[in-house]
Amino acid sequence: MYKATITVRLKSSVLDPQGSAVKGSLHSLGFAEVENVRIGKTLEVWLDSADAAVAREQVEAMCQQLLANPVIENYEFQLEEGA
Amino acid sequence: MRFAVVVFPGSNCDTDCVKAVRDILEQPVDLVWHHEKRLHSYDAIILPGGFSYGDYLRTGALARFSPVMEAVQETAEKGKLVLGICNGFQVLLEAGLLPGAMRVNDHLQFRCDIQPLQVANNHLPFTLEYEEGETIQLPIAHGEGNYYCDEKTLKQLQERGQIVFRYDGNNPNGSVDDIAGIVNEKGNVLGLMPHPERAVHDWMGSADGAKMLTSMLRYWRESHGAA
Repeated sequence: MYKATITVRLKSSVLDPQGSAVKGSLHSLGFAEVENVRIGKTLEVWLDSADAAVAREQVEAMCQQLLANPVIENYEFQLEEGA
Repeated sequence: MRFAVVVFPGSNCDTDCVKAVRDILEQPVDLVWHHEKRLHSYDAIILPGGFSYGDYLRTGALARFSPVMEAVQETAEKGKLVLGICNGFQVLLEAGLLPGAMRVNDHLQFRCDIQPLQVANNHLPFTLEYEEGETIQLPIAHGEGNYYCDEKTLKQLQERGQIVFRYDGNNPNGSVDDIAGIVNEKGNVLGLMPHPERAVHDWMGSADGAKMLTSMLRYWRESHGAA
Protein backbone atom coordinates (compact mmCIF):
# COMPACT_ATOMS: atom_id res chain seq x y z
CA MET A 1 0.00 0.00 0.00
CA TYR A 2 1.23 3.47 -0.86
CA LYS A 3 0.02 6.81 0.35
CA ALA A 4 0.35 9.88 -1.84
CA THR A 5 0.09 13.29 -0.21
CA ILE A 6 -0.78 15.70 -2.98
CA THR A 7 -0.66 19.48 -2.70
CA VAL A 8 -2.59 21.51 -5.26
CA ARG A 9 -1.99 25.25 -5.39
CA LEU A 10 -3.02 28.14 -7.59
CA LYS A 11 -0.17 29.13 -9.91
CA SER A 12 1.76 32.11 -8.58
CA SER A 13 0.51 34.23 -11.51
CA VAL A 14 -3.11 33.63 -10.47
CA LEU A 15 -4.58 35.93 -7.82
CA ASP A 16 -5.57 34.04 -4.66
CA PRO A 17 -8.41 36.03 -3.03
CA GLN A 18 -8.69 33.61 -0.10
CA GLY A 19 -4.99 33.98 0.65
CA SER A 20 -5.30 37.78 0.45
CA ALA A 21 -8.22 37.74 2.91
CA VAL A 22 -6.26 35.58 5.38
CA LYS A 23 -3.25 37.89 5.03
CA GLY A 24 -5.49 40.84 5.96
CA SER A 25 -6.70 39.00 9.07
CA LEU A 26 -3.14 38.09 10.09
CA HIS A 27 -2.21 41.76 9.78
CA SER A 28 -5.14 42.80 11.94
CA LEU A 29 -3.97 40.26 14.56
CA GLY A 30 -0.68 42.13 14.63
CA PHE A 31 1.43 39.87 12.43
CA ALA A 32 2.70 42.81 10.40
CA GLU A 33 5.62 40.77 9.07
CA VAL A 34 3.33 38.62 6.90
CA GLU A 35 4.00 39.56 3.30
CA ASN A 36 1.97 37.02 1.44
CA VAL A 37 -0.41 34.08 2.02
CA ARG A 38 -1.39 31.49 -0.55
CA ILE A 39 -4.00 28.81 0.13
CA GLY A 40 -3.91 25.40 -1.50
CA LYS A 41 -5.42 22.03 -0.76
CA THR A 42 -3.99 18.73 0.36
CA LEU A 43 -5.35 15.43 -0.87
CA GLU A 44 -4.36 12.06 0.59
CA VAL A 45 -4.75 9.11 -1.74
CA TRP A 46 -4.06 5.49 -0.74
CA LEU A 47 -3.21 3.12 -3.60
CA ASP A 48 -2.65 -0.60 -3.79
CA SER A 49 -0.09 -0.40 -6.59
CA ALA A 50 2.50 -2.97 -7.71
CA ASP A 51 5.51 -0.80 -6.83
CA ALA A 52 6.51 2.79 -6.14
CA ALA A 53 7.24 3.61 -9.78
CA VAL A 54 3.78 2.46 -10.85
CA ALA A 55 2.15 4.33 -7.97
CA ARG A 56 4.03 7.50 -8.92
CA GLU A 57 2.89 7.20 -12.52
CA GLN A 58 -0.71 6.65 -11.43
CA VAL A 59 -0.76 9.64 -9.09
CA GLU A 60 0.79 11.79 -11.80
CA ALA A 61 -2.02 10.76 -14.18
CA MET A 62 -4.69 11.44 -11.52
CA CYS A 63 -3.30 14.93 -10.94
CA GLN A 64 -3.19 15.75 -14.62
CA GLN A 65 -6.62 14.36 -15.46
CA LEU A 66 -8.66 15.40 -12.45
CA LEU A 67 -7.08 16.54 -9.21
CA ALA A 68 -5.50 19.74 -10.55
CA ASN A 69 -6.64 22.11 -13.28
CA PRO A 70 -3.46 22.87 -15.23
CA VAL A 71 -4.88 26.19 -16.47
CA ILE A 72 -4.70 27.74 -13.00
CA GLU A 73 -3.10 25.19 -10.66
CA ASN A 74 0.22 23.46 -9.97
CA TYR A 75 0.62 20.24 -8.02
CA GLU A 76 3.29 18.25 -6.25
CA PHE A 77 3.15 15.04 -4.23
CA GLN A 78 5.07 12.77 -1.92
CA LEU A 79 4.76 9.01 -1.84
CA GLU A 80 5.15 6.83 1.26
CA GLU A 81 5.15 3.08 1.38
CA GLY A 82 3.13 1.14 3.94
CA ALA A 83 1.43 4.25 5.31
CA MET B 1 -35.93 22.18 -33.06
CA ARG B 2 -35.37 19.66 -30.29
CA PHE B 3 -33.66 20.62 -27.01
CA ALA B 4 -32.03 18.48 -24.32
CA VAL B 5 -31.35 19.80 -20.82
CA VAL B 6 -28.73 17.64 -19.10
CA VAL B 7 -29.34 16.85 -15.43
CA PHE B 8 -26.25 16.21 -13.28
CA PRO B 9 -26.48 15.18 -9.64
CA GLY B 10 -26.89 18.65 -8.13
CA SER B 11 -28.34 20.49 -11.16
CA ASN B 12 -31.06 22.81 -9.90
CA CYS B 13 -31.75 25.19 -12.77
CA ASP B 14 -32.75 22.36 -15.12
CA THR B 15 -36.50 22.86 -14.77
CA ASP B 16 -36.12 26.61 -15.30
CA CYS B 17 -34.38 25.88 -18.62
CA VAL B 18 -37.11 23.48 -19.70
CA LYS B 19 -39.83 26.01 -18.83
CA ALA B 20 -38.01 28.81 -20.65
CA VAL B 21 -37.72 26.73 -23.85
CA ARG B 22 -41.38 25.67 -23.64
CA ASP B 23 -42.71 29.16 -22.80
CA ILE B 24 -40.64 31.15 -25.26
CA LEU B 25 -40.05 28.77 -28.16
CA GLU B 26 -42.82 26.18 -27.80
CA GLN B 27 -40.32 23.58 -28.98
CA PRO B 28 -39.87 20.02 -27.66
CA VAL B 29 -37.42 19.76 -24.78
CA ASP B 30 -36.35 16.75 -22.68
CA LEU B 31 -34.56 16.43 -19.38
CA VAL B 32 -31.66 14.03 -19.95
CA TRP B 33 -29.92 12.23 -17.07
CA HIS B 34 -26.12 12.54 -17.11
CA HIS B 35 -25.72 8.80 -17.77
CA GLU B 36 -27.20 9.22 -21.26
CA LYS B 37 -24.71 8.41 -23.99
CA ARG B 38 -26.71 9.35 -27.07
CA LEU B 39 -27.77 12.88 -27.88
CA HIS B 40 -27.88 12.62 -31.67
CA SER B 41 -31.62 13.29 -31.89
CA TYR B 42 -31.23 16.74 -30.34
CA ASP B 43 -30.42 20.01 -32.09
CA ALA B 44 -29.33 21.90 -28.99
CA ILE B 45 -27.99 20.85 -25.60
CA ILE B 46 -28.29 23.00 -22.49
CA LEU B 47 -26.03 22.39 -19.49
CA PRO B 48 -27.96 24.09 -16.68
CA GLY B 49 -26.78 25.75 -13.49
CA GLY B 50 -26.63 24.12 -10.08
CA PHE B 51 -23.91 22.32 -8.21
CA SER B 52 -22.96 19.23 -10.16
CA TYR B 53 -21.68 16.55 -7.75
CA GLY B 54 -21.58 19.22 -5.05
CA ASP B 55 -18.54 20.64 -6.85
CA TYR B 56 -16.37 19.13 -4.13
CA LEU B 57 -13.04 19.24 -5.95
CA ARG B 58 -13.56 22.22 -8.28
CA THR B 59 -16.73 23.47 -9.91
CA GLY B 60 -17.53 21.25 -12.87
CA ALA B 61 -14.48 19.02 -12.39
CA LEU B 62 -16.35 15.80 -11.62
CA ALA B 63 -19.31 16.47 -13.94
CA ARG B 64 -16.89 16.58 -16.82
CA PHE B 65 -16.45 12.80 -16.49
CA SER B 66 -20.18 12.02 -16.67
CA PRO B 67 -20.98 9.63 -19.52
CA VAL B 68 -23.09 12.29 -21.22
CA MET B 69 -20.12 14.59 -21.72
CA GLU B 70 -18.70 12.47 -24.52
CA ALA B 71 -21.99 12.86 -26.36
CA VAL B 72 -21.94 16.61 -25.65
CA GLN B 73 -18.47 16.76 -27.20
CA GLU B 74 -19.64 14.85 -30.30
CA THR B 75 -22.69 17.10 -30.59
CA ALA B 76 -20.46 20.18 -30.40
CA GLU B 77 -18.13 18.79 -33.06
CA LYS B 78 -21.09 18.31 -35.39
CA GLY B 79 -21.77 22.05 -35.11
CA LYS B 80 -24.98 21.70 -33.10
CA LEU B 81 -25.62 24.26 -30.39
CA VAL B 82 -24.37 23.76 -26.82
CA LEU B 83 -25.28 26.31 -24.15
CA GLY B 84 -23.68 26.13 -20.69
CA ILE B 85 -25.22 28.36 -18.05
CA CYS B 86 -23.38 29.15 -14.79
CA ASN B 87 -22.30 25.70 -13.52
CA GLY B 88 -22.84 24.52 -17.10
CA PHE B 89 -20.22 27.08 -18.19
CA GLN B 90 -17.85 25.74 -15.52
CA VAL B 91 -18.41 22.18 -16.80
CA LEU B 92 -17.62 23.28 -20.38
CA LEU B 93 -14.36 24.87 -19.16
CA GLU B 94 -13.34 21.76 -17.23
CA ALA B 95 -14.21 19.59 -20.23
CA GLY B 96 -11.99 21.71 -22.47
CA LEU B 97 -14.88 22.65 -24.77
CA LEU B 98 -14.12 26.27 -23.91
CA PRO B 99 -10.72 27.73 -22.97
CA GLY B 100 -9.83 29.06 -19.52
CA ALA B 101 -10.81 28.26 -15.95
CA MET B 102 -13.05 29.54 -13.18
CA ARG B 103 -11.85 30.97 -9.88
CA VAL B 104 -13.55 32.06 -6.68
CA ASN B 105 -15.07 35.58 -6.91
CA ASP B 106 -12.34 38.10 -6.09
CA HIS B 107 -14.34 39.50 -3.12
CA LEU B 108 -15.03 35.94 -1.85
CA GLN B 109 -18.78 36.54 -1.58
CA PHE B 110 -21.59 34.75 -3.31
CA ARG B 111 -23.20 37.36 -5.55
CA CYS B 112 -26.91 37.21 -6.38
CA ASP B 113 -28.16 40.19 -8.36
CA ILE B 114 -29.57 41.57 -11.59
CA GLN B 115 -26.51 42.42 -13.66
CA PRO B 116 -26.24 44.70 -16.69
CA LEU B 117 -24.28 43.10 -19.55
CA GLN B 118 -23.05 44.32 -22.86
CA VAL B 119 -23.54 42.18 -25.95
CA ALA B 120 -20.04 42.09 -27.44
CA ASN B 121 -20.79 39.87 -30.44
CA ASN B 122 -24.25 39.65 -32.01
CA HIS B 123 -23.21 37.53 -34.99
CA LEU B 124 -23.52 34.22 -33.18
CA PRO B 125 -26.29 31.61 -33.16
CA PHE B 126 -27.03 32.66 -29.57
CA THR B 127 -27.09 36.43 -30.08
CA LEU B 128 -28.61 37.12 -33.52
CA GLU B 129 -31.61 38.86 -32.00
CA TYR B 130 -29.55 41.27 -29.91
CA GLU B 131 -28.02 44.54 -31.10
CA GLU B 132 -24.24 44.89 -31.12
CA GLY B 133 -23.25 46.70 -27.92
CA GLU B 134 -26.79 46.41 -26.54
CA THR B 135 -27.05 46.53 -22.76
CA ILE B 136 -29.21 43.77 -21.33
CA GLN B 137 -30.19 42.74 -17.80
CA LEU B 138 -29.72 39.15 -16.67
CA PRO B 139 -29.65 37.66 -13.16
CA ILE B 140 -26.41 36.29 -11.74
CA ALA B 141 -26.01 33.91 -8.79
CA HIS B 142 -22.54 32.51 -8.22
CA GLY B 143 -19.58 32.26 -5.89
CA GLU B 144 -17.09 31.06 -8.49
CA GLY B 145 -17.64 33.10 -11.61
CA ASN B 146 -14.26 34.76 -11.83
CA TYR B 147 -13.25 33.77 -15.37
CA TYR B 148 -9.53 33.43 -15.96
CA CYS B 149 -7.36 32.72 -18.97
CA ASP B 150 -3.75 33.56 -19.78
CA GLU B 151 -2.88 36.61 -21.88
CA LYS B 152 -2.36 34.65 -25.07
CA THR B 153 -5.79 33.04 -24.81
CA LEU B 154 -7.38 36.39 -23.97
CA LYS B 155 -5.85 37.95 -27.07
CA GLN B 156 -7.24 35.12 -29.19
CA LEU B 157 -10.69 35.49 -27.62
CA GLN B 158 -10.63 39.23 -28.34
CA GLU B 159 -9.35 38.93 -31.89
CA ARG B 160 -11.71 36.14 -32.89
CA GLY B 161 -14.82 37.72 -31.42
CA GLN B 162 -15.20 34.92 -28.90
CA ILE B 163 -16.11 37.25 -26.04
CA VAL B 164 -19.90 37.31 -26.24
CA PHE B 165 -20.99 39.14 -23.08
CA ARG B 166 -19.13 41.55 -20.82
CA TYR B 167 -20.26 42.84 -17.44
CA ASP B 168 -21.37 46.43 -17.84
CA GLY B 169 -20.24 48.84 -15.12
CA ASN B 170 -19.47 46.86 -12.00
CA ASN B 171 -17.72 43.52 -12.55
CA PRO B 172 -19.37 41.22 -9.99
CA ASN B 173 -16.57 38.63 -9.69
CA GLY B 174 -13.26 40.04 -10.97
CA SER B 175 -13.19 38.15 -14.28
CA VAL B 176 -10.51 38.89 -16.85
CA ASP B 177 -11.53 41.67 -19.29
CA ASP B 178 -15.00 41.80 -17.60
CA ILE B 179 -15.91 38.55 -19.36
CA ALA B 180 -19.37 37.16 -18.58
CA GLY B 181 -19.62 34.70 -21.47
CA ILE B 182 -17.48 33.25 -24.24
CA VAL B 183 -17.96 31.08 -27.27
CA ASN B 184 -15.70 28.47 -28.89
CA GLU B 185 -13.88 29.20 -32.14
CA LYS B 186 -16.64 27.67 -34.25
CA GLY B 187 -19.25 29.76 -32.47
CA ASN B 188 -21.59 26.90 -31.55
CA VAL B 189 -20.64 26.38 -27.88
CA LEU B 190 -21.51 29.24 -25.53
CA GLY B 191 -20.76 29.41 -21.81
CA LEU B 192 -21.95 32.28 -19.61
CA MET B 193 -22.28 32.94 -15.89
CA PRO B 194 -25.59 34.92 -15.98
CA HIS B 195 -28.89 33.03 -16.18
CA PRO B 196 -30.87 33.84 -19.36
CA GLU B 197 -33.50 31.22 -18.40
CA ARG B 198 -34.38 33.26 -15.30
CA ALA B 199 -35.12 36.34 -17.40
CA VAL B 200 -37.68 35.39 -20.02
CA HIS B 201 -40.81 37.23 -18.77
CA ASP B 202 -41.21 40.83 -17.61
CA TRP B 203 -42.55 39.62 -14.25
CA MET B 204 -39.13 38.06 -13.63
CA GLY B 205 -37.59 41.53 -13.59
CA SER B 206 -36.22 41.24 -17.12
CA ALA B 207 -37.18 39.39 -20.29
CA ASP B 208 -33.80 39.95 -21.96
CA GLY B 209 -32.82 36.26 -21.81
CA ALA B 210 -35.65 35.32 -24.17
CA LYS B 211 -33.71 36.67 -27.16
CA MET B 212 -30.96 34.12 -26.57
CA LEU B 213 -33.48 31.34 -27.09
CA THR B 214 -35.20 33.01 -30.05
CA SER B 215 -31.74 33.58 -31.60
CA MET B 216 -31.00 29.87 -31.32
CA LEU B 217 -34.31 28.95 -32.97
CA ARG B 218 -33.83 31.54 -35.73
CA TYR B 219 -30.32 30.24 -36.41
CA TRP B 220 -31.55 26.65 -36.52
CA ARG B 221 -34.45 27.51 -38.87
CA GLU B 222 -32.19 29.52 -41.16
CA SER B 223 -29.57 26.76 -41.30
CA HIS B 224 -32.27 24.16 -41.99
CA GLY B 225 -33.89 26.17 -44.75
CA ALA B 226 -37.08 26.58 -42.76
CA ALA B 227 -36.92 30.36 -42.33
